Amino acid sequence: MIYLDNNATTATDKRVLGKMLPYFCEIYSNPSSVYKFAQSARKAVEDARASLAKLLNCEAEELIFTSGGTESNNTAIKGVAFAHQNRGKHIITSKIEHHAVLHVCEYMQELGFEVTYLDVDKYGLVDIEQLKKSLKKETILTSIMLANNEIGTLQPIKEIVKICHGNNTYVHTDAVQAVGRISVDVKDLGVDFLSLSAHKFYGPKGVGALFSRKGIKFQPLLLGGGHEKGRRSSTENVPGIVGLGEAAALALESMEEDEKRIRPLRDRLESGILKTIPEAFSNGHPSQRLYNTSNICIRYIEGEGILINLDFEGICASSGSACTSGSLDPSHVLLALGLPHDVAHGSLRFSLGKDTTALQVDKVIEVLPSIVQRLRSMSPFWQQK
Amino acid sequence: MTESYTDKVFEYFRNPRNMGELENPDGVGKVGNAKCGDVMWVYIKVKDSVITDCTFKTFGCVAAIATSSALTELVKGKTLDDALKVTNKDVANELGGLPPIKMHCSLLAEQGLKSAIEDYRKRLATNKD
Repeated sequence: MIYLDNNATTATDKRVLGKMLPYFCEIYSNPSSVYKFAQSARKAVEDARASLAKLLNCEAEELIFTSGGTESNNTAIKGVAFAHQNRGKHIITSKIEHHAVLHVCEYMQELGFEVTYLDVDKYGLVDIEQLKKSLKKETILTSIMLANNEIGTLQPIKEIVKICHGNNTYVHTDAVQAVGRISVDVKDLGVDFLSLSAHKFYGPKGVGALFSRKGIKFQPLLLGGGHEKGRRSSTENVPGIVGLGEAAALALESMEEDEKRIRPLRDRLESGILKTIPEAFSNGHPSQRLYNTSNICIRYIEGEGILINLDFEGICASSGSACTSGSLDPSHVLLALGLPHDVAHGSLRFSLGKDTTALQVDKVIEVLPSIVQRLRSMSPFWQQK
Repeated sequence: MTESYTDKVFEYFRNPRNMGELENPDGVGKVGNAKCGDVMWVYIKVKDSVITDCTFKTFGCVAAIATSSALTELVKGKTLDDALKVTNKDVANELGGLPPIKMHCSLLAEQGLKSAIEDYRKRLATNKD
């Protein structure tokens, strides 16, 4: 199998799994209990927190463990909105956020909040001038993703933070696709909240974290036993948290090497495809982009058919076509770039990982042209052209 | 209905029958909308009110291609009146069922054929004038 869908999820690193295993049957204690047996679980949780803090360059106490990216995004947006609504009820986000941000913002609108959805340019960069114009006294939060999951475009978060802080507006960034892959330094970025997820960087599924800058109030999403200093109740997912901590430690070690290896492979894949397939182009920013992501539109055909044909060849990729999302509309991200519907339906996303090899990349370049040619031979648009 | 594609859907997708344009067709039906991701062109040849040949061209997902192809097989050799009785459910059944969100593809196939027959009858009426 050739797995090129690492933005969807990654394989858990065996070293990560090895660290997690003792916390199921041996050190299964509840970290909140008082006896000694519980102290080893508590220590494991706090060691993981320290490890993640090192990766993000923040204080350990500024990190709250969650069930993943979606929960972290929900906590940040709802939490800030509810805690600061007396100051204003305006939120700014962008049109290309993940649904775990967009649908939360739509929900806030139902509750009476006003939300501005910033446009992006053809590369997927948010419109900074529009951001400046949209900020007002009532704007309590801006939520802009660090790296886009579909096209990989990296937003100028530092600049966005400067502008928003000048207006006393907090900044949250959904960094789910960035953490563990590229250097993410919360002190340097200046963000107030940041979401991350373990399974995007070789950790287990079902665990993530929210960075919450010291001293900024937010309303917790989960109320209960007061875990995580009252910021997220629920007995800690000890094995998962240990896995996240180990994934963070490994990422810190290997991130630079990973980039050096994966970027040329991604470039080889993208240029190989664009060279052999006519009427195709890549999406996302040419340079300000995640080094593992390649999003390609292949005109006159639809994405699902390509994916299924790739699957017949043992290749896993994804598409922004409507058919793969269960709705009639293609990817909201590609539409926000200004692509017409029929072109957006023909998108393909390859996201490489640390196990991707040159041989695998070459196999995709080899099999894709005949797949495309076959589907185009069936397409009335290709004929019409 | 099924939750995922049946083997038959994949089989039709991999080896579509009657794919391509017909030379000098007696009727052409063009249905669907690129915005929604599915466009189907259905071509028919008619002799003595019987569909002697039927082919298709489709822009769309796996289900759209499989249903187009299944439709052409179902209606070949049928009289126009009998072909008009073929419903989207017949097309879906031919494929062993479709996932609920893909049922619209089978509807498109039914509409494609109806539109091709309509086109044929219009041409016939024009030729008589």
